[in-house]
Amino acid sequence: MDLTEAVLITIVTASTPLLLAAIGELVVERAGVLNLGVEGMMIVGAVAAFAAAYGTGSATLGILSGALAGVALSLLFALFAVLIATNQVATGLALTLFGLGLAGLIGEPFVGKPGLRLDALPIPGLSAIPVIGPAFFTRDVLVYLSFILVVGVSLFLARSRAGLVLRAVGENPEAAQNLGYRVRLIRIAAVAFGGACSGLAGAHLSLAYTPQWAEGMTGGRGWIALALVVFATWMPSRVFLGAYFFGAIAILQLHAQAVGLGLPSQAMTALPYIATIIALVLLSRDAILLRRHTPAALGRPYVPVR
Amino acid sequence: MTVESATSAETTTGADAPAKGLAPRVAMRAIAKSFGSVRALTGVDLTVMPGEIHALLGENGAGKSTLVKILYGALKPDSGSVEFDGERIADVSPAAARSRGIVMVFQHFSLFEALSVAENIALALPGRRADTALSEEIRTISRRYGLAVEPEASVAELDVGARQRVELLRCLMQDPRLLILDEPTSVLTPQEADKLFEVLRRLSAEGCSILYITHRLEEVRQLCSGATILRRGAFIAHVDPKAETVASLARAMVGSDVPVIAEERVSERSEIALSVRDLSLPRPGLFGVALKDVSLDLHAGEIVAIAGVAGNGQRELFDALSGEQPVGSGVLFLDEVDIGTRGIAARRRAGLALVPEERNGHAAVPGLALGENIVLTRHGRTDGTVGNGVVRFSAARRLAARIREAFDVRAGEGDPPAGSLSGGNLQKFVVGREIDRKPRVLVVNQPTWGVDARAANEIRAALIALARQGSAVLVISQDLDEVFDIADRIAVMADGRLSEPQPRHDMTREAVGRLMTAGEEAEDAA
Repeated sequence: MDLTEAVLITIVTASTPLLLAAIGELVVERAGVLNLGVEGMMIVGAVAAFAAAYGTGSATLGILSGALAGVALSLLFALFAVLIATNQVATGLALTLFGLGLAGLIGEPFVGKPGLRLDALPIPGLSAIPVIGPAFFTRDVLVYLSFILVVGVSLFLARSRAGLVLRAVGENPEAAQNLGYRVRLIRIAAVAFGGACSGLAGAHLSLAYTPQWAEGMTGGRGWIALALVVFATWMPSRVFLGAYFFGAIAILQLHAQAVGLGLPSQAMTALPYIATIIALVLLSRDAILLRRHTPAALGRPYVPVR
Repeated sequence: MTVESATSAETTTGADAPAKGLAPRVAMRAIAKSFGSVRALTGVDLTVMPGEIHALLGENGAGKSTLVKILYGALKPDSGSVEFDGERIADVSPAAARSRGIVMVFQHFSLFEALSVAENIALALPGRRADTALSEEIRTISRRYGLAVEPEASVAELDVGARQRVELLRCLMQDPRLLILDEPTSVLTPQEADKLFEVLRRLSAEGCSILYITHRLEEVRQLCSGATILRRGAFIAHVDPKAETVASLARAMVGSDVPVIAEERVSERSEIALSVRDLSLPRPGLFGVALKDVSLDLHAGEIVAIAGVAGNGQRELFDALSGEQPVGSGVLFLDEVDIGTRGIAARRRAGLALVPEERNGHAAVPGLALGENIVLTRHGRTDGTVGNGVVRFSAARRLAARIREAFDVRAGEGDPPAGSLSGGNLQKFVVGREIDRKPRVLVVNQPTWGVDARAANEIRAALIALARQGSAVLVISQDLDEVFDIADRIAVMADGRLSEPQPRHDMTREAVGRLMTAGEEAEDAA
């Protein structure tokens, strides 16, 4: 295994949780809901996945439990932000605080316990490609799922009727209701999907990235995922690019620090954030494209008039 | 009248069961609806026969929108019954209404701006996607009814007329049995309105019933065979508009004679107060309009009205005059003083008064009290509302009370927040606030947009009175009736160009309509 290959493998590992969480939040936001609780759902997903895998010895149950924990937390958010129409920003922030605390509490007995690592499932044929094969096609199921989700969400939004309805709800909920669509139901479904994705992102952290549980192990990745969605102008392909760009620079700057470039380490650590923001800002300069993909009703509570 | 004849026809046929064709398309009986303590509707009846074009008339706040929303399923009535084709409707929801063929063109468009025309239409058709088959279908129907739309275009790029065509087309593609139109002609040129009437007559001939909401009574007499009149949430009458006059319809709506604006007026030309010289500005942002060589001399004591369909540069011109958009030197003069490089506050101090189109958030801060809103607009002359940099709230409240008194602004007790006033009352307040300053020049954009007949007449009379006192008044309006009511001279804005203002007596509606579409024709020819 040469260095390039090793670096590429870690880049994919670092990018996958960002991609999973961001693609889920993208769907939520395209439905007009801003859920700032990604970090909270992610960490509860991480602890739930670790605990279930540790307790049962089954990685599959771990993944499922991570996703379900994310869904559970997101439904709590939906209860307030969608059904009771509370302020979405405040509710999302509260969810993150709640999630971080809850995860610390649940995770207490698991600190320092050896975890389960997800098996690599080589894809026949593709895994034999040099360099790319081991990095992208000899990976765990969540890496593959993140690729499938990007393509799937992209097609869903652009081509399917259900995706069109979801975009309509995020654009103009009043008009969608006038056409007979059940705005709040659609939004709750979108929020739950986002919760599942965040939970899976957490599961990837505690079952693949670093197979163990440590308090605060998400380390702000939920916030990065949120920023990626905005800077990617709500387009799945750009979320993919953004997540990998961020992952790549985050890993490369570590290697650069190891080699010793003479730059202060703080500057190097800040590099992925700065570089990603610059790259995505440059991408989002096309005003027409931006208007077509920005959900106009984002963050606005919707109360149906009866 | 139609109600009685229909019911009596049914009773006389007696035993052999009412023929299907005789059942009204819609029969709403004794509908009541309250919002909190406000009774929006009290026992309203409405009957529309198959293929009938029926008008729903009433002032703002008469309950037209509420009634229509109930019919459309967007609101639930507190009591009363709704029958459709003789069948009682129990479940009220937009989805159920649409499955019965009840469709609606909303006044404030209900299109999805970020989506394409085809996607907007697909959303209204069960199970359809915005594919090539749908685009083909849209083109076919748009040709059949003469409603030009491009399926692939993004709605955000369309002007208001095209947006309305999309809404109408979306309704037509749902095989409507009852089409509801809320103020459809308020955004159209006279020519576009005539085209719309053709489509409506054709639909009616095909058996589709049409419920038509409008303030324009002349249209009702031309188009409709029945009319239901509401006043303050109550059912007033069911009339045959062809047997009525515009004045008698207006009387029934308002409940008293509508004050008419005095026709006779002396408009003596005096010195030029505001002068715009070859003003050109690039397109501001994506969906704006570039201003092209706009020139205008506004004399003290006169009212110049700028007609035109919205989105032809009116907003851009207003922003240039107000100072929200910098214009540079050499193009804008107030009493021969170049004010082009001055900001909004400096222009206001120099004697310019401004009433922008958007009442809430632009002309007034919704969350602040009326008195506080006055303080914000008193630049140069504070009228005692500010002393040593400190706001004197009692003086501001007194000033607010004076304006409310003078302009008959109906609002809550004390000094309520601007956002709590109804649209018409806030508009009267905003216009009154500016007139009260006795400005040298008043520029007002859409002075009576969404304001009912009585309040509109009061605002227009106030504008005329201001001009009589020697101020120069520039009115930007889409309402042709208003333009012809108040203007001394009329100019037309089309595609960012302003026509030479002509004395009102030399202008006709047809001439104005031709000028409104001048830009498009030039483009077609090119």
